[in-house]
Amino acid sequence: MSARKIRVMVAKPGLDGHDRGARILARCFRDAGFEVIYTGCHQTPEQVVAAAIQEDVDLVGLSCLSGAHRVLFPRVVDLLREKNASDITVIGGGIIPEQDFQMLYDAGIKAIFTPGASLDSIVDWIRTNIQGRD
Amino acid sequence: METTKKICAGDVRSASRLIRDLEDKLPQARPRLKQLFPHTGKSFIIGITGAPGAGKSTLTDALISEFRKQKRTVGVLAVDPTSPFSGGAILGDRVRMLRHAEDEGVFIRSLATRGALGGLSQAAGDAIHVMEAMGKDVVIVETVGIGQQELDIIHHAHSVIVVLVPGMGDEIQTMKAGIMEIADVFAINKADRPGAKQLQTELASLLNTSALPPSAWRAPVVSIGNLYEPAGFAEQTAELAQKISEHHAHLLISGQLALRMERKALMEITDALKACILEPVLNKLIASGELKNITQRVKNREADPYTEAETIARRFLKSGEIS
Repeated sequence: MSARKIRVMVAKPGLDGHDRGARILARCFRDAGFEVIYTGCHQTPEQVVAAAIQEDVDLVGLSCLSGAHRVLFPRVVDLLREKNASDITVIGGGIIPEQDFQMLYDAGIKAIFTPGASLDSIVDWIRTNIQGRD
Repeated sequence: METTKKICAGDVRSASRLIRDLEDKLPQARPRLKQLFPHTGKSFIIGITGAPGAGKSTLTDALISEFRKQKRTVGVLAVDPTSPFSGGAILGDRVRMLRHAEDEGVFIRSLATRGALGGLSQAAGDAIHVMEAMGKDVVIVETVGIGQQELDIIHHAHSVIVVLVPGMGDEIQTMKAGIMEIADVFAINKADRPGAKQLQTELASLLNTSALPPSAWRAPVVSIGNLYEPAGFAEQTAELAQKISEHHAHLLISGQLALRMERKALMEITDALKACILEPVLNKLIASGELKNITQRVKNREADPYTEAETIARRFLKSGEIS
């Protein structure tokens, strides 16, 4: 009787205190049956990565509404790589202009969800892309 | 073997992954735990327990700082509840401990209860072992927010800290069995709030009228005020750390530590027996659909659960089918 429980972390890197979205997502993931590590606002990428590794999560969901995603999101991916933890998937969301998408994908962000994305679509994405990781 | 070496060398990734494998009950996890076991048993294990919102995580955070000042390495296991509906969980204790995120002498791991009712999770004991094998000097185990008698922590911790807050009831509450009996140190948190003095008096009266022999440990009471008055808070949490260390010293000098370790070993073997007898039996009965039939028969009063259990036990023990 062993089935991997999906563990995700919801984090807000940078100087942005708008965490309504992150909290709604955390609860939605809870209701989807995931274990959700919630770390709150004002995290440095270094803190996010240290926590992700200590918690052995499958996925880190970054939320940023301040416009600093171009710097912060890639930094998280880079640090995970440095720590030999690039098997941890990073996705992002928030106020992210479409012209930045490609740059973030190139940096290793696996999916981007912006205002209007349904909660179901995010949960489905995680279920599809995370299951089977070991 | 590779994993064992890495964990004993303090590698966070391997340790964290093994804890997860243990939580998920992967078959490869148990042999690794066996290899780690000889390296366990050297850490000082502190349990922090109390009602939801009493301040367990905040005090844990403060205690981490105190132990780090003493250059001791710290492991933290923080338990939060699993939803009985979705099986999901919000693990939010880390939020209070963010300042230690990058300190390599601190390893914080959140656990979800996953249905366990004693204030911890089933994998908590194993996770403690992993942190011990990593060489953590101190392991702090923060229970899920508890009521009066989710007391599994006493089987795992050497020192138990019960965190109380004012305003939770009168002196009859402090007389009751359960949580009030297990404290090695009491922390009255949020002691700047109304009712703190009264709680202090009630605790003093409880402790002064207990029938302990003079040589016994009497749980000290530490009052801790507002977190946002940093000077006082730091002083009070330092006092809490001091009282915990005094209790540890008492355990060592009085020989109580050996008794507690024995109690822990007994619980470990009991749990392991359950895991290697009960679980495989249940899994087989579930897989074959037999459990469903038995449940129906018991529900319809065509059979009683006691006879059914005896029949099953006889069958499995004789056949040696358990493994």
